[in-house]
Amino acid sequence: MGISVEGAGKSFGDFQALDDVSIEVPNGSLTALLGPSGSGKSTLLRAIAGLETLDAGRVLIDDEDVSRKPAQKREVGFVFQHYAAFKHMTVFENVGFGLKIRKWQKVKISDRVHELLRLVQLDGLATRYPSQLSGGQRQRMALARALAVEPQVLLLDEPFGALDAKVRKDLRTWLRNLHEEMHVTTIFVTHDQEEAMDVAGQLVVMNEGRVEQSGSADDLYDHPANEFVMSFVGEVNRLGDGFVRPHDMDVVLDPDDRTEEAMVQRIVALGFEIRVEFMLADGTEVWAQLTRGELQKLELRRGQIVYLRPGQTKSFSGAPSPNGSGASTPRGLQGDDDAEVSAAA
Amino acid sequence: MKPRSRWGLRALGLGYLTLLLLAPLVMIFYKTFEGGLAPPIDAITSPDGLHALKLSLLMVAIAVPLNTIFGIGCALLLVRHKWSGNGAIDAIINLPFAISPVVIGLSLFLLYGAKGWFGPALAEAGIEVLFSVPGMVLASVFVSLPFVVRETVPVLREIGTEQEQAASTLGANAWQTFWRITLPAIRWGVAYGVVLTTARVLGEFGAVSIVSGQISGETETLPLFVEKQFANFNTAGAFGASVLLAVLALTTLLAMNVLKRKEDA
Repeated sequence: MGISVEGAGKSFGDFQALDDVSIEVPNGSLTALLGPSGSGKSTLLRAIAGLETLDAGRVLIDDEDVSRKPAQKREVGFVFQHYAAFKHMTVFENVGFGLKIRKWQKVKISDRVHELLRLVQLDGLATRYPSQLSGGQRQRMALARALAVEPQVLLLDEPFGALDAKVRKDLRTWLRNLHEEMHVTTIFVTHDQEEAMDVAGQLVVMNEGRVEQSGSADDLYDHPANEFVMSFVGEVNRLGDGFVRPHDMDVVLDPDDRTEEAMVQRIVALGFEIRVEFMLADGTEVWAQLTRGELQKLELRRGQIVYLRPGQTKSFSGAPSPNGSGASTPRGLQGDDDAEVSAAA
Repeated sequence: MKPRSRWGLRALGLGYLTLLLLAPLVMIFYKTFEGGLAPPIDAITSPDGLHALKLSLLMVAIAVPLNTIFGIGCALLLVRHKWSGNGAIDAIINLPFAISPVVIGLSLFLLYGAKGWFGPALAEAGIEVLFSVPGMVLASVFVSLPFVVRETVPVLREIGTEQEQAASTLGANAWQTFWRITLPAIRWGVAYGVVLTTARVLGEFGAVSIVSGQISGETETLPLFVEKQFANFNTAGAFGASVLLAVLALTTLLAMNVLKRKEDA
């Protein structure tokens, strides 16, 4: 069941949450709505679910205009950031809620609920109350509850946002596997670009109520449509008018015509990855991502003067970047006109 | 806090409560049964005493359900629907707390009296409000109106709307969502409001005393009965009825605690 949103607009008082937003979510896909807080991603998701009514535009699920349909009739599964567990019901009753509303027979409800509890690995906990579960268990219960009624689409609003890092990572993998098994069209909202890239096949980057760019993780990373996408999807350094990824910064000990002088400010070891922070002659602060081996070879120390050679530099202002040759090879999905990609190496 | 000052604080708190609350209560019980069980039981089981008890229970039976339904509805309106009238409603609901019951009784008297706004029209239709049960119900409802609203509003705020939204995405309509999600979630706030409402209705004196006319065996509730017995120097009867009132109120409180404990177990 594909989902499309056409020209969606929504404001809360003076605040424009959605401004002419259109997205296309193919049947069976797993799509992430990615953006900072206040970008409108949650509002868009809630509008698809029918929990928010649009001021303008429409929502189509499986080519049917559902804009005027109340949430209860849209057949969507919705998972909330803070679980929205029914606190006075057991895990069993929570998961069976939608089936009870649909007046299923008791035996059939019981079979279906236990099947789902096995799927989310909660089968031993059917008689517990939500207050007796951990955050991760509660969220899996909420997911089972949403899946119980076999929704046409599954919508998840920052589903892992309230969980700690380890549990979050486990649940991500688990969600990806679940999607591969069930193939229900899924949209999930997140502000974490790593999470979006890890889980989703398609990403929609939003900012200030608008869609900045959509495409696969590789598309967005290698061919960002603008400065916002470039800096939101992955790390970035700003050099004059250009932008360069920290792993595209070569650190060398001898200057040449493409290098810039820099002083080592700080060396942070993050496991295998090393983050080295520099200050350029003009006071700009940049950082480079090195491996442990590269660091050992260079023998960097704080205060040392070295030379940086930026690799791929992108500029979005139209003017070629200082280091670039100006050879433009854009391949982004949107906004190709103002994205200029130059290979300096 | 040092142990000594902690004990001091506890002693102060307990002493204050004993002096102000416990001592009078103990005194009533003591005085009631001073002359044995017979005098207070005789007073309560006299025709007037029994009628007063029945009438008090009738007030509870009418005012409590009315104020519970109104209270839940009003709390939902205040918390779930933001509109400009909420401030006014909020202030008006507090009126029974702010105004002395005697004044409430007087205002009802003026409104439904022979020269009041509603009095003549109702009299023509054959409905007597003053000096009869309808007026007493009005007074009881008025004085006990805010409790359920006040106890429900904070609970409703605290539970938020996510559970209700989750229910709606699972296919529940507004009515199903209310009965299966909202009401169970706010039930202890409502229950506490009901207990307070019951206690207030049982104990109401001022407003009811004015609109009822205090006719023995006809428009006399238990508190009015107590006052009349006391004024007639029948202390055994007055204390007996007082103890009965206290027992009724304590029973409601106890019933709620038992229910809650069962639920938590």
